[in-house]
Amino acid sequence: MRRVVISGMGIWSCLGTGVDEVKDSLYTGRSGIGIEEERLSYGFQSPLTGLVPRPELKGLIDRHLRRGLSEEAEYAYMASRQALEAAGLDQQWLDAHEVGCIFGNDSSAKPVIETDRIMQEKRDTALLGQSYIFQSMNSTVNMNMCTIFRLKGINFTVSAACASGSHSIGLAYLFIKNGLQDVILCGGAQETNLYSMASFDAIGAFSKRVDDPQRASRPFDKDRDGLVPSGGAAALVLEDYEHARARGAHILAEVIGYGFSSNGTPVISQPSEDGCLRAMRRALDDAGLCPGDIDYVNAHATGTVQGDRCEALALDTLFRGEHAWISSTKGLTGHECWMAGASELVYSLIMMKNGFVAPNANLSEPDEAASRLKLAARTVDTPLDVILSNSFGFGGTNCAIIIKNYQ
Amino acid sequence: MERLEIEEKVKNFLTEDIEIDEEKIVPEASLKDDLGIDSLDFVDIVVIVEKVFGFKIKQEEMKGISTLKQFCDYIEAKLK
Repeated sequence: MRRVVISGMGIWSCLGTGVDEVKDSLYTGRSGIGIEEERLSYGFQSPLTGLVPRPELKGLIDRHLRRGLSEEAEYAYMASRQALEAAGLDQQWLDAHEVGCIFGNDSSAKPVIETDRIMQEKRDTALLGQSYIFQSMNSTVNMNMCTIFRLKGINFTVSAACASGSHSIGLAYLFIKNGLQDVILCGGAQETNLYSMASFDAIGAFSKRVDDPQRASRPFDKDRDGLVPSGGAAALVLEDYEHARARGAHILAEVIGYGFSSNGTPVISQPSEDGCLRAMRRALDDAGLCPGDIDYVNAHATGTVQGDRCEALALDTLFRGEHAWISSTKGLTGHECWMAGASELVYSLIMMKNGFVAPNANLSEPDEAASRLKLAARTVDTPLDVILSNSFGFGGTNCAIIIKNYQ
Repeated sequence: MERLEIEEKVKNFLTEDIEIDEEKIVPEASLKDDLGIDSLDFVDIVVIVEKVFGFKIKQEEMKGISTLKQFCDYIEAKLK
């Protein structure tokens, strides 16, 4: 089996539109959450959201390559550009080699809704234009990235709810580990428009702490009242270790463990302590590690009552008495949903390369289940050699990724 | 609508929406070879023409139209 390393990363999120800006946000605990008033007039119960800037792509890529980009694919393009550049892979190199692409994405609501609006008015598909088909499929990110960067390797999308981004990394890792690909661009993308989040708001999952938006997302806190939706995109270049060494790439870290599980429970929105545990244990087994080898856990914890409780119990089972720091960066970002697994691995990498643990923001007092965890309520300066990142999604899809620093 | 106005509106959407360089937009320009308009661009042009000129282009009526001048002739004829 081959070793798999990370040779590039890129990020476009409510914490910043590049690695340096995001590093500062993570270190200083700057929240990216605010209010979108339009959500209230649209009928949302909560107007809270991560505030993600839309990139200006006119001038960066021509119209023929731009026309199929959905909102989340625009973010993915910006993150992918950064990741490929950091990896030292320019277009000439991409044209001469086989590079794959696996992105996590689980919706593209806005173009679907706009298509219906036009159809209701015009009753004629000939008046829809050509962009909506390429924007409205879940695979919009993969289709567009492979077209824009002219990639020739594996090309598909992972839809696995809030574990989509992390499974994309896990699968890219498996493809490279097994010798099927040398280089894969992977990551996750998440639209932030209000159409995409109305049905999620419908189930009452969002925080309603509107008087203080930046304190609304409170993972593990006893007074948490729900998650704050957010989005953007994160991209990573995964690469065979020998391949990266041979071309003189700057290696950031090694992916050493991929764990997954399904809850096996009969309620679609019900999290599971057992499901979380099995995913983390499988990742540890894959990496050949025990909990004591982990320096930091980037928890999935979104700020929902049930989800945080299940993860806290699972983390307590594995990490009680161990030295690993634990924090959920969602206190700063909100829940980046389909992209979260990928963005949180980027956040973890940033912490690893800069020697700190980002704070579990808004943790005034942990609830009972979380009270025994070694939670970082504030930024902790500490070297991080091995990090485990969790992602758990609706329908019981769970994923854990372990990375090890490379120096 | 006067011919000049038609040509101005066509030029506007070709530069603004289809992002074709203004200097390429001359009457004898080939839609495909000189302006680079592909079949998917044309799907958008159908939508734009409906908004700007108020009628829907029929594919069969576009047969034989290859230059910008012919395209403007076609629009002018439809508006009469």
